[in-house]
Amino acid sequence: MKETSTNEVRFLELEKKVKRENWRRMWFRFRKSKLSIVGLSIILILLLMAIFAEYIAPYPSHAGLYIAFKNAYKPPSLEHFLGTDMYGRDVFSRVIFGFRYAFMMIGLVLLLVVPTGVVLGLIAGYYRGTFIETLIVRLSDIFISLPPLVLALSIASILEPNIFNAMMAVSLMWWPWYVKLTYSMTVSLRNEPFILAAESQGASTLHILFRELLPIQLGTILTKVTLDAGWVILIGAAISFVGLGAQPPTPDLGTMVSEYSKYLPEYWWMSLGPAAGIVLIILAFNLLGDGIRDVFAGE
Amino acid sequence: MQDDVILYVSGLKKYFNTTEGVVRAVDGISFNVKYGETLALVGESGSGKTTTGHVIMGFYPPDDGKIIYKNKYELSVPMKKRPLELKRDIQIVFQDPGTSLNPKRLVKDIISLPLLIHKIVDKKKIYERVAELLEYVGLSEEFMFKYPHELGGGEKQLVAIARALAPQPSFIILDESTSALDVSSQAKVLNTLVKIQKELRLTYLLITHDLGVVRNISQRVMIMYLGKIYEEAPTEKFFKSPMHPYTQMLLSSIPTLSEEDEKIKPKGIESIGEIPSAVKPPSGCRFHTRCPFAKPICSQQDPPDIVLDSNHIVRCWLYE
Amino acid sequence: MLLKIDNLYVNYRSYWYTLKVLNGVWLKVERGERVGIIGESGSGKTTLLKTILRILPQNGIISKGEIIYEGRNILKLSDGELAKIRRREIGMIFQDPMAALNPVFKIRDQLYDILKYRMMAEGRNPSSKELYEESLKLFNDVRLPDPDRVLESYPFQLSGGMRQRVMIAMALASAGKLLLADEPTTNLDVTIQDQILKLIHRLVIEKNLSTILVSHALGMVYHMTDKVYVLYAGDIMEEAGTKELFNKPKHPYTQLLIASTPRLSSIGVGEGIKGKLPDYRNPPAGCRFSPRCPYVMDKCINTKPGRIQLNNEHVVSCHLYD
Repeated sequence: MKETSTNEVRFLELEKKVKRENWRRMWFRFRKSKLSIVGLSIILILLLMAIFAEYIAPYPSHAGLYIAFKNAYKPPSLEHFLGTDMYGRDVFSRVIFGFRYAFMMIGLVLLLVVPTGVVLGLIAGYYRGTFIETLIVRLSDIFISLPPLVLALSIASILEPNIFNAMMAVSLMWWPWYVKLTYSMTVSLRNEPFILAAESQGASTLHILFRELLPIQLGTILTKVTLDAGWVILIGAAISFVGLGAQPPTPDLGTMVSEYSKYLPEYWWMSLGPAAGIVLIILAFNLLGDGIRDVFAGE
Repeated sequence: MQDDVILYVSGLKKYFNTTEGVVRAVDGISFNVKYGETLALVGESGSGKTTTGHVIMGFYPPDDGKIIYKNKYELSVPMKKRPLELKRDIQIVFQDPGTSLNPKRLVKDIISLPLLIHKIVDKKKIYERVAELLEYVGLSEEFMFKYPHELGGGEKQLVAIARALAPQPSFIILDESTSALDVSSQAKVLNTLVKIQKELRLTYLLITHDLGVVRNISQRVMIMYLGKIYEEAPTEKFFKSPMHPYTQMLLSSIPTLSEEDEKIKPKGIESIGEIPSAVKPPSGCRFHTRCPFAKPICSQQDPPDIVLDSNHIVRCWLYE
Repeated sequence: MLLKIDNLYVNYRSYWYTLKVLNGVWLKVERGERVGIIGESGSGKTTLLKTILRILPQNGIISKGEIIYEGRNILKLSDGELAKIRRREIGMIFQDPMAALNPVFKIRDQLYDILKYRMMAEGRNPSSKELYEESLKLFNDVRLPDPDRVLESYPFQLSGGMRQRVMIAMALASAGKLLLADEPTTNLDVTIQDQILKLIHRLVIEKNLSTILVSHALGMVYHMTDKVYVLYAGDIMEEAGTKELFNKPKHPYTQLLIASTPRLSSIGVGEGIKGKLPDYRNPPAGCRFSPRCPYVMDKCINTKPGRIQLNNEHVVSCHLYD
């Protein structure tokens, strides 16, 4: 083959340009759907609120233990957007801190669940027909066969009821679904010619799993992750609602709904705030999920 | 074994268990591939030609028989247990351009993988080499940063060929590599294959059902039917005087494009019947159920090897 | 004149974009004439056949043009009138019999339905005995052995060749005058393909049917037709008698296509055609072949060439012959 004068640097620059171009194209596809932009914006705003809760909340001290009975049971007003609760705490401030817990829950659960499930699913699919597959698939089947909320509740009730344990319980019932997802996709891709070609050229198993098989599945996985984020909140709220999750006075949205629901319907504004917060965050993640699906479906 | 033989196959068998019974995909075939030649393995669906190629690649182990490569490697070993230099030396180009390239990887990633694995070039010169390879198969360097879905069918196959060339192999299996293409892109791929073979002194095992393609790039032809080889001849002779009735039927079935082509087709034979199931293949000569010249002995005994003249072998009772 | 298509434009609309596929197609079929359409996959051949029967998918839109069948514009017929034509006059052989046959019904149920509708369209009310006898006649026509077993089978129980024969029988059942064949042998082996082609050939002559055979296999079209249209990217590039077209192709696309086909009698194939089909979202404004044409001129890029009559059986659409 003849020597070329083309230099490596030029190619590297070209590559950078192409990568930028691809990101731009993905962003373009995402942008086409107005609702996913709305979803993304809501999430970004809520995330900023959660991070800077101390500075944004009008009454940061109201987040935890704080009692001022003279202010109790006040309906929404300019001073308290969402009114005050039975101890005189500002509900709006507490909801903002509630977002912080919500994002922590999502982060923790997805961080535990997604990598575990995805890696196990890839391995099980790749080693189809061996005991490794049987082991992983059967194990996840066992977890899937148990009703998720019951499982989470029973685990949460054995352990000390706090938000961390509640999240561990949620994670335990969640990972098998990612195993299922990646396992089924991996099995169908396993014997595609491009995988055989890479293997027959001597590619390592790690390469096949993470460079060949994973990138194809990434779109589907990311879509599920965003759609699941809403579910994490909902399940977390459910556990808190029955009293097995975060304990008062933690400003967790679910705990708040549970606490304040006792004052319905006279003091409706108390539950309205945290409930609306839950709805908003779930809605936002679902809208975002649709947008992400479009980005990957367009290819 | 002769010195000029790169691949030696003897008594190769591969059976598959299915719900309908045991499929005898390849049922005892023997052949040699010589250095630098193109040997065409021709057959219709169910003939076992693709299985043969995949066994050589090591996608699954044979049930019986010997495959010796370059006089020292035993190819009955599955792919995973083969030494790295063997994985470098034998390459495959698949049939379907749609599935032979990973849709999420850039062309340069696809081609640089074998370069990295086998340390063909310095890491810093990888892109230059990828560009060279692309240029070599007739694609410009802009293709480096494209995804497979941006390419046409023929272009995808050319990328697959560049990938196969990257580790500098000596033996390439062409598994119906042009069958899924339109003639306009098939021509380009065929010409490229011929060119690189000449320049790089490659050996091809061409697996195909298309005799037009065979005519254009191979030096020798083998005809396979239901897991067995029934005729073997140099390409010229094969087209001039096909001997086995199945070969004649195959040739006479081709819709030709000109009067000269029409003259090549054997007269006095017409395609009848369908390929029987490989689960219960006919006894004796497996073609006897469709053969217009079948004699009683054909259904009882396997036909012997009949060597007509240099290199032309036919397995048929007619020539006993 | 049995069928005359003129200036036909068909688009596929999706949520994001419009694919401008057929770009002013013309076509004529005389009674008893066998017409072939050749072109690469993706050039709009199947769309054209589907438009004739008006069985385009939901998003397929016929934006302009006319399809005159026996003096009536198919595109303006009511559903009832169209159904009558489909049931007794035009039959279609589809590319993939596995997709065209319903997997959950026996062959008998599917064939009887077609026969029943045809007979009802003819004003008869057939008994099941008549249907059975008619089926046997059809199966005999397509040389299907063991008709009773086939009638009682589900599609997956038949071999590829038998399925294709069943498909042909069904198409014949409703093809009183015109038979449309869309790549009728693509998925079949050569020896089976040969049998099926000879079968279609014989039936067409016996029953004096007009046919439109669509294929990317040139050899097949060479043997089975009287006249050929070359379709590329939704444009008719050339029209000529079969012998004339294959021996004296005029359009660069046709020339390259024919030169690319491997021969049995000689070694060496043409260069092929560089590039790929245009993006139908934004096809070239002038000649749609211009981006791949070796003889491209300035005017090819912006002006669509007209139809140029070279002799009484040869029309080409190319600026080289202006």
